[in-house]
Amino acid sequence: MNPATNGKPRYHLLSVRVENRAGVLARVAGLFARRGFNIFSLVVAPTQDERFSRISIVVDVESAPLRQIVEQLAKLINVVGISELDPGRAREAELLLATVGVPESRDPDFVALVRRFEAQVLEESGDATMVMLVGDTESLDEFEAGLERFGIIEIQRTGRIGLPTLNPAT
Amino acid sequence: MEVTGAQALIKSLEAQGVEVAFGLPGGAILPVYDPILDSSIRHVHVRHEQGAGHAAEGYADATGRPGVAIVTSGPGATNIVTPLADAYMDSVPLVVVAGQVAAGAIGTDAFQEVDTTGVTMGVTKHNYLVKDVAEIPQIVAEAFHIATTGRPGPVLIDFPKDVANMRVEWEAAAAVDLPGYSPPGLPAPEAISRAVELIRAARRPVLYVGGGVIKSEASGALAALVAATGMPVVTTLMARGAFPDSDPRCLGMPGMHGSYAAVTAIQRSDLLISLGARFDDRVTGKVSAFAPDALVIHVDIDPAEIGKVRRPDVAVIADCRRAIEALVAALREGEPLDEARLAPWRAQLAQWRARFPYTYDVGDGSTIKPQYVVEQLRDATPDDVILVAGVGQHQMWASQFWRFEHPRTWINSGGLGTMGFAVPAAMGAKVGRPDRMVWAIDGDGCFQMTGQELVTMTAEHIPVKIAILNNAYLGMVRQWQHMFYKERYSSVYLSPDLPDYVGWAESMGCVGLRVTSPEEVRPAIEKANEIDDRSVVIDFRTDVGEQVYPIVPAGRSNDEIVVHPSQEELAR
Repeated sequence: MNPATNGKPRYHLLSVRVENRAGVLARVAGLFARRGFNIFSLVVAPTQDERFSRISIVVDVESAPLRQIVEQLAKLINVVGISELDPGRAREAELLLATVGVPESRDPDFVALVRRFEAQVLEESGDATMVMLVGDTESLDEFEAGLERFGIIEIQRTGRIGLPTLNPAT
Repeated sequence: MEVTGAQALIKSLEAQGVEVAFGLPGGAILPVYDPILDSSIRHVHVRHEQGAGHAAEGYADATGRPGVAIVTSGPGATNIVTPLADAYMDSVPLVVVAGQVAAGAIGTDAFQEVDTTGVTMGVTKHNYLVKDVAEIPQIVAEAFHIATTGRPGPVLIDFPKDVANMRVEWEAAAAVDLPGYSPPGLPAPEAISRAVELIRAARRPVLYVGGGVIKSEASGALAALVAATGMPVVTTLMARGAFPDSDPRCLGMPGMHGSYAAVTAIQRSDLLISLGARFDDRVTGKVSAFAPDALVIHVDIDPAEIGKVRRPDVAVIADCRRAIEALVAALREGEPLDEARLAPWRAQLAQWRARFPYTYDVGDGSTIKPQYVVEQLRDATPDDVILVAGVGQHQMWASQFWRFEHPRTWINSGGLGTMGFAVPAAMGAKVGRPDRMVWAIDGDGCFQMTGQELVTMTAEHIPVKIAILNNAYLGMVRQWQHMFYKERYSSVYLSPDLPDYVGWAESMGCVGLRVTSPEEVRPAIEKANEIDDRSVVIDFRTDVGEQVYPIVPAGRSNDEIVVHPSQEELAR
């Protein structure tokens, strides 16, 4: 998944704080479906305060103007706050798990790839290896491309999560 | 004091000042119907849940207070989905309580189980599934707060039967505290001063007045704004009556079937001031060609409406009345506006009005023209009569040929276009305003959808008057097939006398009258006006050949407005 084109991102990462109540995810997902807003990825988990959860949503700003998406989201009663994480002003991360059709130790090229990205080998069987990589989406894209020649059997990525940077450029 | 969940619900409704609820009992809501017997709340027992929902809407539209409906689970809940969607589109404050199967049975496909919370999520401002009996007072307080503040809308409470039967120590609701909900209040001063600059500079301004002006009780403020600026006004279908039609500055309704003057004024305007309107497709026509030379000031309490359709030059996010009052105050601070600045514009508008009034072919007197019925009704009723309409040709003629002088005298289904709205909504309006005469203008197709509520009117002593403009067709669909489908009429014929509308009315305890010639129109209306102890239905046999003019064909620019054939020469 790489929703960036020509250096100008057509995605935007929204960090949405919601009340931790039954059905909140359905409300958010239903809103996106109903209004025709496209989602690239969506991650939800509780925050340090158990009354709230945080949802990280990568939205397609070509499907609707960002402002319209934000204002419609803000109308949901259980949505408490929305931060628009500008790519330059946020730290973003994503996690990748992949099972590849090669026994790790037997292929020096594979070993080199894993080392170069500082990926972790989680498991190995006679004919496959499971690796994990945490990083920014671009690194994961590159790593995934590198894995392809070894035969990806299964892959799961989480989608971006993010928080505002502590040291904004301006 | 220990109470059941059902008692807690009724006490909570009473605490909100609820005087009337419209509803129909069933299995899952049974516990709630027991304490209703001991309550101060009047329960109007409808014959179909859709009727309960539209009646609650009519009540809310007529009074400005939230409408309340109570239904059972499953089919009871799904039958009220249409009114919820209708209220959501037209921003009508409703609180609907729907029974639900016992909490433990949810998800088991129990008898009369439906995922009501899930089904209604997209057609409510918010909804609740009650899980804890102790939460009931707070949920009810929140529901009313959400329904009635900000941009109003419907809220549904999904109420499991076992929770209704649990016992709890009664504790009134605390102050509502919703961390994710804070409706805008006062407008930003900078936005107001920028808006005032544009108003001062404008030479062809138009006030585009929407339903928000009525919701926020802003008619008085609007009158002051018009007095201070001399700006002309158009009132959308949702705003008819927000500004008096008798005022020469009122150009009437814009949009697909709006007046030539209103539609064309917007198209030629240099400043469009939208007050509680939402640039609906029926108003804008082709968006890219809508008001092409206009700067736009958009006043709305819902920030999501700003820029949804048209990017404004000034956005004022606030309650409409507060915003208009702030505009008037800011205008008064500066130099008085020169009345003469709008003289050429006013002359142009007057010319359009004079040349292109709403008109119809009066014919040779052998048939009843539907527009004639509307005119006669208008002239035979007091100007505070509440007029309710269904959806279709009759609705457009009612809006066009009536003369609205006051807010909350016109009730109809605008955004959703719900056929069958009129009969139950008129009933709800009469319940809310028993002091007023309530007339519904309905189509024969619409009437057949919800006409069973005549039974409720008779049983509950709610006397309203219904004029069916019976042209034996689904008239608006027929008009489109006439104009855009080469007169290939498909599934639009209904028959003038199947059903027998007079027999229908009489079988339900109402007075039924049939009118087949123009000279009988006025006497029949006057007879109906004299009947106060039950509802009256008049079956007006109207001319099927009439089309609604003007018309802007769907998806076309408002510049392509099609006027009445008799005005075509002038329009060239």
